[in-house]
Amino acid sequence: MYDINIDTKPPPLIGKSVPRKEGARKVTGQAQYVDDLRFPNMLYGATVRNPSRRGIIRNISFDPGVPWDEFTIVTAKDIPGKNYVALILNDQPFLANEITAHGEEAVVLLAHPDRYLIEEARRRVRIEVDPLPCVDSLADSLAKTQVIWGEDNIFKSYLMNKGDVDQGFAQADLIVEGEYETGAQEQLYIENNGMIAVANPEGVTVWGSMQCPYYVHKALIPLFNLPPEKIRIIQMETGGGFGGKEEYPSMIAGHAALLAWKSGKPVKLIYDRAEDMTATTKRHPSRTRHRTGVTHDGKLVAMEIDFDIDGGAYATLSAVVLSRGTIHAAGPYSCPNVRIRSRAFATTYPPHGAFRGFGAPQSIFALERQMNKVAAVLNLSPEEFRRRNFLHEGQSTATGQVIRENVDFEDLLFRTLELSHFHHHRETFDRANPTSTVKRGIGFATFMHGAGFTGSGEVALSSVVTVEATIEGKVRILAASTEIGQGTNTIFSQIAADALQIDYSLIELAQPDTSTVPNSGPTVASRTVMVVGKLVEAACIGLRQTLISSGLLAQTYTSEEFATGAAEYVENVGPLRASGEYKPPPNVFWNDETYQGDAYGAYAWAVYVAMVTVDPVTYEVRVDDFVAMQEIGKVIHPILAMGQIEGGVAQAIGFALYERVAWKNGRMANGQMTNYIMPTSADLPPIRVFFAENPYAYGPSGAKGIGELPMDGVAPAILNAIEHATGVAFNKIPLVPELVMEGLLAL
Amino acid sequence: MRTGATAMQIRVNGVDHNIDAPPMSRLLDVLREDLRLTGVKEGCGEGECGACSVLIDAELVNSCLIPLLQVEGASITTIEGVANGDKLNAVQQAFLEYGGAQCGICTPGMILAAMTLLDRYPNPTLEQIKEGLAGNLCRCTGYMRIFEAVIHAVRE
Repeated sequence: MYDINIDTKPPPLIGKSVPRKEGARKVTGQAQYVDDLRFPNMLYGATVRNPSRRGIIRNISFDPGVPWDEFTIVTAKDIPGKNYVALILNDQPFLANEITAHGEEAVVLLAHPDRYLIEEARRRVRIEVDPLPCVDSLADSLAKTQVIWGEDNIFKSYLMNKGDVDQGFAQADLIVEGEYETGAQEQLYIENNGMIAVANPEGVTVWGSMQCPYYVHKALIPLFNLPPEKIRIIQMETGGGFGGKEEYPSMIAGHAALLAWKSGKPVKLIYDRAEDMTATTKRHPSRTRHRTGVTHDGKLVAMEIDFDIDGGAYATLSAVVLSRGTIHAAGPYSCPNVRIRSRAFATTYPPHGAFRGFGAPQSIFALERQMNKVAAVLNLSPEEFRRRNFLHEGQSTATGQVIRENVDFEDLLFRTLELSHFHHHRETFDRANPTSTVKRGIGFATFMHGAGFTGSGEVALSSVVTVEATIEGKVRILAASTEIGQGTNTIFSQIAADALQIDYSLIELAQPDTSTVPNSGPTVASRTVMVVGKLVEAACIGLRQTLISSGLLAQTYTSEEFATGAAEYVENVGPLRASGEYKPPPNVFWNDETYQGDAYGAYAWAVYVAMVTVDPVTYEVRVDDFVAMQEIGKVIHPILAMGQIEGGVAQAIGFALYERVAWKNGRMANGQMTNYIMPTSADLPPIRVFFAENPYAYGPSGAKGIGELPMDGVAPAILNAIEHATGVAFNKIPLVPELVMEGLLAL
Repeated sequence: MRTGATAMQIRVNGVDHNIDAPPMSRLLDVLREDLRLTGVKEGCGEGECGACSVLIDAELVNSCLIPLLQVEGASITTIEGVANGDKLNAVQQAFLEYGGAQCGICTPGMILAAMTLLDRYPNPTLEQIKEGLAGNLCRCTGYMRIFEAVIHAVRE
């Protein structure tokens, strides 16, 4: 049937860079972040933390000279319900009681109407701790110098087997070993964490900066021993997350709410930068060992990978970070025999947590350095060795997931090497370096990143999105997925507008508020567009069908006609709503016991190229050019997508070269922007972003997830380039100048 | 503690205000708390991130490092004073259209930094843009869309 009204429809928005939905509020300073709210009679909160390390809390005292009777003071004994932050294992308390597991752990909470006095008071609470032995490294944790968690200091371990790795090594002509390390990294969103709470037996309401309102909701139910409907969590505009506002906000919300509960007043608890950096989570440090068996003709026949991460003092999300890192550890290569052993260890550092990439940047760093090492041993170019081993459609990953996408990595690699003039630069640098004062190099990494929760995770989440028509004839999207800068509002609006065939201006977003929006799952794991966006689309199709079946809207219509029809429905018939609920794609199988099967619904595939200059006098490394090519299904919004990739690449350049957490006595010693160095506008190369599109059948308009992808391949591309420039195989990041010096002096 | 308040006068976004605050109060706190100009953001409190940038007599400063005392009688511009009613300034418009703002927390300071940069160099080179914005940290964008926005603000 011909669609005769086609000209009256608004043009499709998917693929267009429409203005960011909340953009005007952001460029005018009107956007409301949690610290911008102020309530009548509000108190200011502060957290007093363990000034020592692991130990027994012997005494808490309050210095004279502070009017303590004016303060609300909360310790573990004041908790009305359960003293644990509900997450996976529920081992982390909101407030340490008797025993403290790490430095900077929260012990006492204070609130007072004077925000200046509260700072002084915080310094005058004395927490005395009798020290217990600490575990400062993966090696000590493994050796069980002290058992600090469970029976063996291991939060979680996985063993993944594909084929027969011993037989694979028996067939190998060459076996290459390598060891790789990555450091902790601070998320460093520019808006510090913060919450405001109102709490009494009638209910607890918290406003704050967060990625996952329903995680906070889940954590506050046992804390107050209240029914779910009495806990209400509202996300304010959030100034960046990167995983740093995935699980830790539950802790802060609990603290603010405990102070509000005891004082009977609203309490605002905002971290300053130093507290945010030293007390909250960071990326898990890691160590990976590779043993790779290859034939003389450059085919992988055996991969044995040991992947260990430092989880810190409590389990938090370490098990799932480990899972993603484990699954990505063998990368986009076809190898018949793979064995991956991985472990998340307890140490006495503050817990490490979610950070963009979630374990994958760590294991992919190791793999992509190892692939270059193996290529060199084989006397093959890094590109030729990878070309002989790329996964193709019909072949299987390390989990045995058969790739059903038409992935063409050879083409992606060829195009990217062309775009970056890779061969030209390599030859030029090879000629110039022996006589040049600075050493230049070019390197690349090829990798993939799975979108959505791992394995059966999405089924367990069973996310829901609702859309409803308003009395003005607009359509409002109700989802718990948060806008944290990445563009959720805009992309959901584009998907909705196209599914409803109406103007972008007719779409509204409900503020994520657990009392009004359904649980569409956490805003993590590159799942918002691919998984939740698909639910937005489904809900909109449902709403449109309802409206058409009611007779208030013709089969074809203009935006104005839609608005009129929708408004009439709401006024005369009643609420007009529809929901989309997650259904897994067909023929997906996952076994949680053996860790085999379809780990992710879809993967984004990428080739990143870095060009560097190493100064052998200052030991400084500068990235001169960066090319990021990725196949992400379908680009919904080119500017937002480029922004995601560029921002991720910048953050990953920091991970590779600048961002060193200096640990001293179990705590971060450089918890300031002055001496924890993130890239500025003057530090970065041009970041040139390219997209290839190969629509994914179960994503909205074919889109796959991209948020975490750019974190994965940058560090190995840079270190591969540095090896090309200097001839030194650096295998530990962040590769700060001191380490470059060590490596070059050892030559 | 915030004791010893003194009456002082400052001009903010074209409006005179009498402020009763201790002379060593951070300008950042006076703007946010006393005048409720919450578009001025606190990112680090030590002059590193630039989220609290404002203009004092057209000069870009970190308001977290400026005591109130120092701006007595000065004319201050915050992000709230940049648009002309509903009409966005060219830099704001370009940030909106070209992806210069993501999470938005660095955006007010970044826009003021970009305006200062364009005052100094009406046709800046990329190097001048990078240098001019180097005091304002952004964790979301990797700065590329911000450069793009500044370049388009010049053109339009």
